[in-house]
Amino acid sequence: MIELQGLTKRYGDTLAVDDLSFDVTAGCVTGFLGPNGAGKTTTMRMILGLDAPTKGRALVNGKPYGQHKFPLHEIGALLDAKALHGGRRAFDHLLCLAQSNGIGRKRVTEVLEIVGLTEVARKRAGLFSLGMGQRLGIAAALLGNPGILMFDEPVNGLDPEGIVWIRNLLRWLAAEGRTIFISSHLMTEMAMTADRLIVVGRGRLIADATVEEFTSRGQRWVSVTSPGAAELAVALERIGATVSIDGATLEVRGLTAVEIGDIALERQVAIHGLAEQRSTLEEVYFGMTDDSVQFHGHLTRAPQIEQVPA
Amino acid sequence: MITFPSPTLPEISTFRAALMSEWTKLKSVRSTVWALILTSGFTIGLGGLFCWAYVNRPRRRGIRDVIFFDPTAQSLGGVILAMLSVGVLGVLVMSSEHTTGMIRSSLAAVPRRPVVLLAKTVVLGAITLVVCMVSCFVAFFLGQWVLSSENLDTQLSAPSVLRAVLGAGLFLTLIGLFGLAIGTVVRRTPGALATLFGIVLIYPLLAQALPDPWDDDIGKFAPLYAGQAMFAVKFDFDLLSPSEGLLVLLGWVGIWFIAAFVLLSRRDV
Repeated sequence: MIELQGLTKRYGDTLAVDDLSFDVTAGCVTGFLGPNGAGKTTTMRMILGLDAPTKGRALVNGKPYGQHKFPLHEIGALLDAKALHGGRRAFDHLLCLAQSNGIGRKRVTEVLEIVGLTEVARKRAGLFSLGMGQRLGIAAALLGNPGILMFDEPVNGLDPEGIVWIRNLLRWLAAEGRTIFISSHLMTEMAMTADRLIVVGRGRLIADATVEEFTSRGQRWVSVTSPGAAELAVALERIGATVSIDGATLEVRGLTAVEIGDIALERQVAIHGLAEQRSTLEEVYFGMTDDSVQFHGHLTRAPQIEQVPA
Repeated sequence: MITFPSPTLPEISTFRAALMSEWTKLKSVRSTVWALILTSGFTIGLGGLFCWAYVNRPRRRGIRDVIFFDPTAQSLGGVILAMLSVGVLGVLVMSSEHTTGMIRSSLAAVPRRPVVLLAKTVVLGAITLVVCMVSCFVAFFLGQWVLSSENLDTQLSAPSVLRAVLGAGLFLTLIGLFGLAIGTVVRRTPGALATLFGIVLIYPLLAQALPDPWDDDIGKFAPLYAGQAMFAVKFDFDLLSPSEGLLVLLGWVGIWFIAAFVLLSRRDV
């Protein structure tokens, strides 16, 4: 279990992480979401003791990271696949990390097998592709067979095959009862793997909820395509629905598809399309983080979704 | 839900584990291995070459060639170049971790940072002490064998000779550790090498620009001249005594190590 208690990091005038408190509970996959620059990496670096917090603290299995005798047995982390000496062979890179935590050669061979790098174990790590580097980083995280794994943007820059591989690995690790804490700026990626989501923006906690809770926060509406759209809209509004018209298409809130179909039949209006819609997790996420995105592109501004009480 | 079992930790001490790790790091990178080979090669090869050159000197000055000649220093002439390669080795032991990013993996694995620096110090100190001592003795015996063709050679049992050879080996070891401390403080390889070379090579040159007697008064505290005092056999007024030289060098290394331990413990990496 990882506990953050009022964790804060200030760089000069900017608060990279602002009074962050949450627990990463044991035995489930927790997604750590936020736009680029939201403070996810800084938070993870403070959990590992690489950066000292300005205020607050982070505990791993009840103790600050630095007080663990052999931390690789408690938590394995992959923050950055380039945290290695490119001139060292993959095997030696893992061996020196293993030895520093009292782990033997046998385990090094095992983790190389798990990530599928056995054949290139004698190659210098600097020659590895991004995907291979990522696998080597994961091998290092697995060395101590830790109960907690923490990965920062593990699918970033990977090809589709690599992404599927990481997804399967995470499922397998989670099935063994490990605690998994994984950051991403992509909600779609998280929705597929995580049980719980922690959303941050500009260093602050925005949301901490299960995936189901997130989904229920989204809006539901019915989209209707009809040649008599205008007439149907008037009829629907009369019985209390909220309707917006775009040509022959209506977006109806407050009624089910069945009710709309019945009313259309009653009014003798033809229906060409009728579908219940709900906002995707991605849209819910954009709605939450929109204000906190630091670097807006001009053309790709995230759509603003209004929050409707369920 | 399956609960993952809590870890069973190995019995070994943190420091011993760190020592094994640092030893693996040192021998698994080509640059550090090469720096050690070069240090040994310069000490032995250049020492032999300088002695051979002296035996074959084109201009002979009779008795003066014998009186003012220091056969021990002649055979240890390669030390001046070897100190650069051993210094580079020391710098790289820490700066390569910062320059490549390995330091983040290292400190995540061993979060007690002084343990990392201490383990590096012990491993580097031990390997350079062995390599440099052996090299200095080989250079001495090789040099004396070359000089013996003109009966210019000396013996280990002659006054101050054993101390000078030991002093040369110790000097190289301390320069290696000096490099490690500088690499820890400065972090990036180019800056750390510039700092090391600046202190070891440029400081004595700058001191010479001062008027007499300041040039010698200030210059003799340079690590280079403090080291030369350790392996000189013939007395030189401009140098410190051998034990003073050792103390001055230890002072240089010690101050940088204090800074290294303090900064390594405090900085974000």
